[in-house]
Amino acid sequence: MSWQRRILRVNLSEGRAQVEALNMEWARDFLGERGLATKYLMENMDPSADPLGPDNVLIFATGPLSGTMASTSGRYAVVTKGPLTGAIACSNSGGKFGAELKFAGYDLLLLEGRAQRPVYLHVVDDLVEILPADEIWGASVWDTDAWLKQRHQNPQLKVAAVGVAGERGVKFACVVNDLHRAAGRSGVGAVMGSKNLKAIAVHGSVGVKVDDPKRFMQAVKETKAVLWDNAGRAELERVGTNAMIDVMQEFGGLPTRNFREVQFEGVENINPSAMSARKANGHTNLLTNKACFGCTIACGRIAHIDKEHFTVVNRREYWHASGGLEYETAYAFGPVVGVDDLDALTFAGYMMNEHGMDPISFGVTLAAAMELYEMGVITKEDTDGIALNFGSAEALAVMAEKTGKHEGFGQVLGLGSKRLCEKYGHPELFMGVKGQEFAGYDSRALQGMGLGYATSNRGACHLKHDMFAEDMEDQTGQGKAKPCKDSQDRVAAVDSTGLCLFTTGAWGLEEFAAQLDAACEGEWTAERLTMVGERVWNLERQFNLAAGLTRADDTLPRRLLETPAPSGTGKGRVNELDVMLPEYYEARGWTPDGEPTTQTLQRLGLVSL
Amino acid sequence: MHKSLLIDPQKCTSCLQCEMACSFEHEGAFNPAKSRIKVFEFEHGARAIPYTCTQCDEAWCMHACPVEAITLDAATGAKVVHEETCVGCKVCTIACPFGTVNYNADTGKVVKCDLCGGDPQCAEACPTGAITYVDASWTGYERMRSWAERLDAGA
Repeated sequence: MSWQRRILRVNLSEGRAQVEALNMEWARDFLGERGLATKYLMENMDPSADPLGPDNVLIFATGPLSGTMASTSGRYAVVTKGPLTGAIACSNSGGKFGAELKFAGYDLLLLEGRAQRPVYLHVVDDLVEILPADEIWGASVWDTDAWLKQRHQNPQLKVAAVGVAGERGVKFACVVNDLHRAAGRSGVGAVMGSKNLKAIAVHGSVGVKVDDPKRFMQAVKETKAVLWDNAGRAELERVGTNAMIDVMQEFGGLPTRNFREVQFEGVENINPSAMSARKANGHTNLLTNKACFGCTIACGRIAHIDKEHFTVVNRREYWHASGGLEYETAYAFGPVVGVDDLDALTFAGYMMNEHGMDPISFGVTLAAAMELYEMGVITKEDTDGIALNFGSAEALAVMAEKTGKHEGFGQVLGLGSKRLCEKYGHPELFMGVKGQEFAGYDSRALQGMGLGYATSNRGACHLKHDMFAEDMEDQTGQGKAKPCKDSQDRVAAVDSTGLCLFTTGAWGLEEFAAQLDAACEGEWTAERLTMVGERVWNLERQFNLAAGLTRADDTLPRRLLETPAPSGTGKGRVNELDVMLPEYYEARGWTPDGEPTTQTLQRLGLVSL
Repeated sequence: MHKSLLIDPQKCTSCLQCEMACSFEHEGAFNPAKSRIKVFEFEHGARAIPYTCTQCDEAWCMHACPVEAITLDAATGAKVVHEETCVGCKVCTIACPFGTVNYNADTGKVVKCDLCGGDPQCAEACPTGAITYVDASWTGYERMRSWAERLDAGA
């Protein structure tokens, strides 16, 4: 139990949905969510397939602890081949949608093929319908959410949808659920749009049962107490993730103006203090905090934009509250594009949620365009007459909306930074790995982060490893390989449970194991979870190798490898990837070419391809 | 002394732990769709408000029931549905002005909050104190105190 032991397979080409038994052998080896979906992806598609073609497979997966009383049990993962990277894409999200899918009786939803006309999927327990979406094709995520609830007279539906960005193949389009939570990265929304699938609307009343309820509730009570008493948790609730912007500013790891600098003079206008500050007209940006399903952290921010601000003046439709700035959005609309207008940043966030885009990729792509503009490579003729200078709040707001609606220069920004920089003949200005843009940590000050970025299976990502403590303590690349590898495996295990990574400030794998062991059949220990994590990481690597990626893709831009950081703790340093990477391959049990050895695969119970 | 559920929407983060605890207590499964307490979100979640039965003294549902399937639990003050007596006529769902009595199509009976026999699991599960179980005569005490505190601060 705890798994529903059922998956829903939907073939959109044939318009057919069928329920299958969950492969329990795979569940035991890959647990759930990220891990289990990776296994299902590997077994159901050719990794060399076109990410935006009908042969790509799109999986929405819950974990065994999704929809249980365990804290943060609202997570689900979207796993597919990503159009931004050509690698495996794995984006997870909170909100309420994931738990609802589980409550409807499914561990995993597997979508294959491509619908001939726009459709949406309507799931209420055993009722599964593929219905026409012509009326909402072209609609925003928010309008789609409202339309579906009204159409089915069911306000309790939970909706995951793509906006125009996903429909039109913006390379970093995301899947948005519950209005402002998102499976944000790697363009999973573009895959959904390419399948002509506008939305998935779910209501579930089957519920979730656990193996040993009494022991489970005891384990939940104990782990919740540990989480609640954790100082980091309290800080996330009080300040939100944007607490990090002050930390990175001081440390000198805050990428600024497309990574030319690592500290931003405008931080005080967009940090948590600014979000809470009351302006002369009585307006505060931040309204309250908010939790995802089952979460006792509640780091989410709900904000609103001053009605007098240029972005929303006379636009009443944006006068309501919605998701506010988190660290990555603050970074991607702030320092990296040089903008410090808090309400403009908040508006850009609204655009991302309303139209379904990854804020990190958007911001870093805009940053590259701004650098090209200031170099004179592109001009107002290219940019619909908008001056794309660093620091322009107008450029940020206008381009966020244009990209979301796939209009004008927004179509070029929708290519992502790598393709945009190549288009204008300056590939060196792309700040990312494997086609995916960097999160808000500069890897000259944070060396292990750089190794994590370079080796992340979904392209540059700050959430697939955890090297903060090591990097803050030691600014060199010495001895970073093994901890990076270990943290990647740990994160992969956590991402396969159905719970949130943000619990790991308080919980080790022991806390996850205690809850899993009571909830699920079989014996679950921290050691077994570590093994699951390593297995998942290697299977993702196998997918990427089969998709055509090589050692050469595990790299960083020249700017980080050759141009020393201009200030901060890492001043004068470049990233020491050349030292760390061979050590990392060795720690992984991979060949010098970055391929898992037969011995490693055998140890993990994986077969060579 | 009777106790009441006291709901403070200001403290609610919309995590739905209350709905899970309620369904687990009554259904043996985590199943918010079967919860007797519901959290409602407004304006993209800027406000979240848990809502459930307030156990009216003159309970319309109890008076409307033609088969006396809803009775008073004298110990807690809860109006409790007796499933074995309930015939699923749903008259109580019409009588209740607040919508907190609802029909369960799976069982053919109505369901409502029964205060878990005096140990309400929603209050137990709420991490932020948005739902508490307090002396029914003094549900306003904390709010009075917090306003008094403001006076104190201004003095």
